[in-house]
Amino acid sequence: MTPANDRPLTGMVFDDSAMLSIKDLSRMCAVDEQHIVEFVEEGVLNVVEISREWRFSGSALRRARLALRLERDLELNLAGVALAVELIEELEQLRRELKARR
Amino acid sequence: MEFKDYYKVMGVARDATDAQIKQAYRKLARKYHPDVSKEKDAEARFKEVGEAYEVLKSPEKRAAYDRLGKDYRPGEDFRPPPNWDAGFEFSGAGARDSAYSDFFDSLFGAQARSGRANRGGFHAERGEDHHAKVLLDLEASLNGGARTFTLRMPEIDAEGRLVSKERTLNVQVPKGILAGQQIRLAGQGAGAHGGGTPGDLYIEVEFQPHPRYRIDGRDLSLELPVAPWEAALGATVQTPTPTGMVDLKIPAASHAGSKLRLKGRGIPASPPGDFYVVLQIALPPASDDKAKSAYAALAAALPFNPRESLGA
Repeated sequence: MTPANDRPLTGMVFDDSAMLSIKDLSRMCAVDEQHIVEFVEEGVLNVVEISREWRFSGSALRRARLALRLERDLELNLAGVALAVELIEELEQLRRELKARR
Repeated sequence: MEFKDYYKVMGVARDATDAQIKQAYRKLARKYHPDVSKEKDAEARFKEVGEAYEVLKSPEKRAAYDRLGKDYRPGEDFRPPPNWDAGFEFSGAGARDSAYSDFFDSLFGAQARSGRANRGGFHAERGEDHHAKVLLDLEASLNGGARTFTLRMPEIDAEGRLVSKERTLNVQVPKGILAGQQIRLAGQGAGAHGGGTPGDLYIEVEFQPHPRYRIDGRDLSLELPVAPWEAALGATVQTPTPTGMVDLKIPAASHAGSKLRLKGRGIPASPPGDFYVVLQIALPPASDDKAKSAYAALAAALPFNPRESLGA
């Protein structure tokens, strides 16, 4: 495909100030919008409402992908996904704190 | 080619029921899933288990596989006989993006997993998005700059087979990027079919451990050694920070573990992170008579029992 060339590629960064619509998120995760709605209703994804439209941050993108992988690979239901995502993030946080104390 | 014993991979008997296979898969998947597992070879094991399950959970694929396995003797080189799959219709495309083994590909072909991009049945003409994780040096985020990454990407070749290809990408890393954030490179994913646009490539950033600073989200911290008298009496000392040396004022009566914050001097994200200096007390070695007499003079001058709180 593309060989390395001299001009570096520039991309777009999805940080916490990114404001993705449900359409963006569903396209980026390759799932239908209803699936995203279910994640929001189950509390897997946080959302802010701006002029009656949902907006997602860049970290929601990472969370949604993690949730989809768990759902698909571990055959979890929505409640199971929500619990697993929360526990995984808590574990990551604890590991960071542990590393910081060493 | 190596014949893969999917029953052995899953740890089930050849006459296992669907329920037993499902149960075995779920147990192994929880154990080896790369998002949850701490096992060393988790990713490789998870792929193997996923591939075995892909075949054994489907009645058609399992029956075809069983028919093949009957004539196979362990240790033999394996070639699928021509038209081995005649009379089987495979349904239910696989939805995994990981590359399966040559053995799987020779049996079930690339078409068995072509369904992923089309899940939900929309934008079928657009190329698939790809995802990759890259390890980045902290300096790339502190200063921004171009970095070259080598990625392994699964690709469908001219004969329709799935191959793993290496490609090198030169990417402009934006200043202030944080671990876990994604960079989207438009049009760098899989090629398009039928005149659509190619997919995008998402790069998730991870930092390599830094020799000097510890990274915690957008904050950085440094362990700074100070002399006992600098901590006790206070001092102004030279401290390295990401933006260069600064004069840092250490307050009197500081102790080991005291934390000083330099606001906004962490990773230059928006908002920028903070820079923490954690004090470490370094003891001068008592290596000559002069040092020994200085320690002795200190001991004589100070009534100090470091074990007082232990009742000793």
